[in-house]
This record gives sequence, C-alpha cells and structure tokens, in this order.
Amino acid sequence: MTRFLARRIAFGALVLWVVVTVVFILYFVAPNDPARLIAGRLANAQTLAAVRRNLGLNQPVIAQYGHYLSRLLHGNLGYSYVGNESVTTIIGQDLPVTASLAVGGALIWLIIGVASGVLAARRPRTLADRSVTAFALFFYSMPTFLLGELFLLVFFYELHRVGFNFFTVTGYVSITQDPAEWARHLILPWFTIALVTASIYSRLTRGSMLDVLGEDYIRTARAKGLTERRVIYRHGLRAALTPVITEFGIDLGTLLGGVIVTENVFGLPGLGNQILTSITREDLPVIIALVILASTFIVVANIVVDAFYAVLDPRVRLT
Amino acid sequence: MTQGIVAEFGSPDNAETGAAAATAPNIEGRSPSRLAFERLRHDRAAIASCVVIVLIILMAVFAPVVAHLTGHGPDTQYYRLGRTPQGLPVGPSRRFLLGTDELGRDVLVRVCYGARISLLVGVVASSLATAVGVVIGLAAGYFGRVVDTILARFMDAVLSLPYLIFAIALVSVVGNSNRLLVIIGVIAFFSFASVGRIVRGQVLSIKEKEFVEAAHALGAGDLRIMFVDILPNVLAQVIVYLTLLIPASIVFEATLSFLAIGIVPPTPSWGDMLSEALQYYQVAWWYLIFPGLALLATTLAFNLLGDSVRDAFDPRYNRLFSRRSTSVLTGPALLNTAEEDGLL
Repeated sequence: MTRFLARRIAFGALVLWVVVTVVFILYFVAPNDPARLIAGRLANAQTLAAVRRNLGLNQPVIAQYGHYLSRLLHGNLGYSYVGNESVTTIIGQDLPVTASLAVGGALIWLIIGVASGVLAARRPRTLADRSVTAFALFFYSMPTFLLGELFLLVFFYELHRVGFNFFTVTGYVSITQDPAEWARHLILPWFTIALVTASIYSRLTRGSMLDVLGEDYIRTARAKGLTERRVIYRHGLRAALTPVITEFGIDLGTLLGGVIVTENVFGLPGLGNQILTSITREDLPVIIALVILASTFIVVANIVVDAFYAVLDPRVRLT
Repeated sequence: MTQGIVAEFGSPDNAETGAAAATAPNIEGRSPSRLAFERLRHDRAAIASCVVIVLIILMAVFAPVVAHLTGHGPDTQYYRLGRTPQGLPVGPSRRFLLGTDELGRDVLVRVCYGARISLLVGVVASSLATAVGVVIGLAAGYFGRVVDTILARFMDAVLSLPYLIFAIALVSVVGNSNRLLVIIGVIAFFSFASVGRIVRGQVLSIKEKEFVEAAHALGAGDLRIMFVDILPNVLAQVIVYLTLLIPASIVFEATLSFLAIGIVPPTPSWGDMLSEALQYYQVAWWYLIFPGLALLATTLAFNLLGDSVRDAFDPRYNRLFSRRSTSVLTGPALLNTAEEDGLL
C-alpha cells in the first residue's frame, strides 16, 4: 500500500512538474515578452531594459527557469502585474466565492444524481426510469453556460417581471455576513453547476445500483425478510455508491476549472472570473498561479481517489 | 471480441433481425457492423436524431441561400432597420424572422452560419482526436513495455490536466491568427487520451488472441498486425466513442467562444452569440433562445445518436453514458473529462 501510494504521489508530482514547465515555456520562452506587457506598448528601450532587469528576464532561460521553480517551491507566487497585489492575497479573496459555489453545487448534484439514479434503478424500464433517462440526457447535452443563461432569463428576469423577487443574481454575499442571503445569491449558480453533472451521477448510480441489486446477497437480504427500504438503502445503495464516491472525488478536483463558466455567467467574483480577467489583462503571475493551483487540486484529488480505490479493491494496487 | 460474437448470433431482444433471418430463404452472412446498422435503422430515437442532424447540416450548407433569400448578410449591420430607436435589438418580425442582435444583424442568418463552425469544429476535432487516440492506443497496447509505460502515463497526465483552464491559457498565448486551427488542435489534444485509453485496453486483450499469433507466424509485420488484424476489432467501440465525442467537442468550442477565446467575432458562432446575448437577455429573449435552441438540438441529437449506436453494436449494453461500470478491470482511472462518459 505504501509503495502504491508512493508511486501515485511521484506520478502526481511529475504531472505538476510538467504543468509548471509547460506554463513557463508558454509564457516566458514563447513569443510573449513579459517586460513589454508590464511596461506597456509605448515604453522606450530604457524602461524595457529596467523592467527586464527587475524581473530577471535578462538572465539565461535556464537560470530564469531555476528561479521560477525555486520561488514556486517556496510558495511565493509573486505579484500581480496590474494591481501590484500579491497573488496569494488575490487567491485568498476569491477562493471563498469559488469554494461556496463548488461545495454547494457538488452537494446538490450528488443528492439529485443519486436520488434519481436510485429511483430509476428500483423500477427499471418503467415510466419513472425512462423519464429520469430522458432528463439525464437532456441536461447532459446542455452546455453549462446555456443552462445558466436560461436560468437568468426564466427565474431571474421573467419571475422578476411578474413580481416574484426571490432569485437574485447581483454579486456575492459572504456566508459570515449573512448565511441566508449567501444561499439566496448562490442558488441559481448552484443549480447551474449541479444539473449538468447530476445527469452523469444519475446514470452512474442507476447502472451501479442495477448491478448490485442483481447480486446474491441482495436476494439473501430479501429472503431474510428485511423491508424493501432496508434492502435498497442499507444493503444495496451502500455498495452501489463506491463508484459514485470515486467519481465525486475527481469531479470535486476538476470543479475549480469548471466554475469558470458559471462564475462568468452570474458575475461571481471567484477564481474562475479572476483567470478570465487576468487573461484579458495578460497578468502572467496570476494566470500561472491559477493554472498551477487548479492542476494541484486535480492531482491531489486523483491521488486521494486512487488511494480510496486501493483500500476498497486490493487488485488495483498492482497496476 | 465479445461484441462481435453477440452481434453475429443475433440477440434475444432484437426481434427484427431475428425474424428477418428466419423468413429469409437462404442463409445470408452478415457482418457485425451490418447487423448494427440494421438495428440502428429500426431504432426510432436514432432515426429522429439523424433527422435533426441532417436538418442542421442542411442549415449549415445552405446558410448562404438563407442569407440570399432574406437579403441579409451574416455580418451586415442594419443600424436603422434592425434596431429600435434606442439602439436595442428588434424582435422576430417579417423582415427579421428570428429578430436581430445588438448591432442589427439578422439572428436567423447568423444561426445558420454558426452551424458551420459548430459542425466543422465538432467533426474535425473529434475525428482528429479519434485518429490520434487510435494510433497511440494501438501502439501502447501492442508494443507494451516501455512504449506502453510512456504513452499510457502521457495519456493519464493529459487526462489529469484542468483542461478548460489550460485551453484558455493556450489560446490566449497564441493570439488571434489561425484561431480555428488552434481551437481544433486544443480540443483534439484534450480528447485523444480518452480514446487512446479505450483502444489500449482493448488491444491489450486482443493481441493475446490466436489470430494475432497466426499473423505473427505468417510473418506479418507489426504495422500490418496492428492496423489490419487488430484495428477492425476495436472499430465498433471507436465509432461509438467518436459519435459521443462530436457533441462534447461542439460544447467545448461553444464554451471557448462563449468565454471570448474561441472563434473571433464577427465570424458567427453560437457560443459567441450566446455570450453577447448574456448582455441583452432582458430586452431580447430571441437573441438567447434561438442560438441556444440550435446548440442544444445539435448536442442532444448527437448524444442520442451516440447512445443508439452503442446499443446497436452491443445490445446488452443498456446504460446511457455510465462511467466506470467496469472500473475494477481498467484500474484506478484518472478520468476527469466530460468526454470520458460512456464505454469504459
């Protein structure tokens, strides 16, 4: 087990190193000139030279790469080119928004996905099953940004016009400030994120549940005279959830990338919007930090999932 | 390959082909793909989705005709006719059947032209991803050892990248020139690995079969064995995956265009239209609804078709895009992209 984990962590570190290096090449070696970005297009040669010296851009590429790596390893993400704020501060400001969005959305999709999956699996090939399938296919085909826009149009604008003002989409209220308002502002973004993903979980749960319900021990449980509820939820669902939880770990890791679209549609000041702004402003330190942060989340989530898997199924450790 | 065997013997829940075989005077050999096609022809969902796809293709092909009939070019701005005195979009009318956008351009014409981009990017990027994935998967599975380690690890690494952020970073570096090619390349790069993994997994078991051994004994070269002997046996899965990859690529492109890092305006693309519609949805619902409907109908039709294609190739498989249903066999997968759904 230790060896397996060590291998996984080593691979994760390798992936991160590749990411960091690719980002370095993209932004410091390839056509871009960071000095010109900072100094502006009209800067004269002297200013450019000064900026280059400041950033260490006049050194050989390899030396720059070394500095860059060592700074990252020390957790120093540098300063934004635009506001002169430290990147760590920026991330600290935006992370709560993204985390609120991600965690709330994830809970909702898990609940909807698993509940509808169980519903479908309990009565396979009935109307209930078919409707769940149809809904799942519909939301699976729905691009996230389109769903968000439709929510805006229907739940925010049209309901607003008929005098129903519950849904609001203006900005973000911190949970420490007012939990009720926090939830009210986030409910549409949560469902935007959740419904698309819930469709995958619904199918996953249904398939896994059908497999499990066909097992001998389920027949045994029924033969013992257990109530159907107990058979389905205590014996069936428990086993069927394994692949769902595995998937959940991975999706939570990738969610940081996935919130970009939702934050953009609803104008939430989180990490996703931050990266879009940074890209239009060509604010390299922030872009680099966010790409690396997102990759780290995914790599860590993958390692956790693999470890979880290895505990559940010893055969996996051999791969 | 089990699928092939099942298909050749027909399946119990497929009455049509069974009945046809029984009434036929002389026994006729049918290939698995022929059987699959027969099943597909009798699948109402498949027919319906094909009709929608054909309609969208026609829309794309005849976009210039639509532009000619309405007399509105895709980028022509009708400042006075196409906008209210306040400078806002005008709604559907006889002049502009689906309304106009904020610059007074005809939404109908732009939706038709947008279909071109979506279909082009969707089909080309998925085909490219599939081709690369097949070659890499074949090589990894067939050669094994070091080749496999490197290629499989590489695919794992690609799958564990935050693809949207990476795509954004990549596209932003490249700038505006050749944006279409860059987008296709980016989508293909982030999609080939899932195809590659599936092919690799299949090849690993197929290469141990007797017919591969026989080919070796006959003196066939590696390339011949890979592409002539092994490839046809994984083709069914590859086709299924390709059909499911197309809608995913279309969404990917639309998302990039929505985030203003895809197709460069004023070229009409659904993602870009929907991004502008976000500013105007309170005054111009048509600007949001019509491109949205076109996009949703396209992805829905392709996903439905993909599902039917899979059912046709493997009637036992009745699960719609379930992931990891056989995950124990494939090991701890590092699946994380939406395109991964299905098949494993």
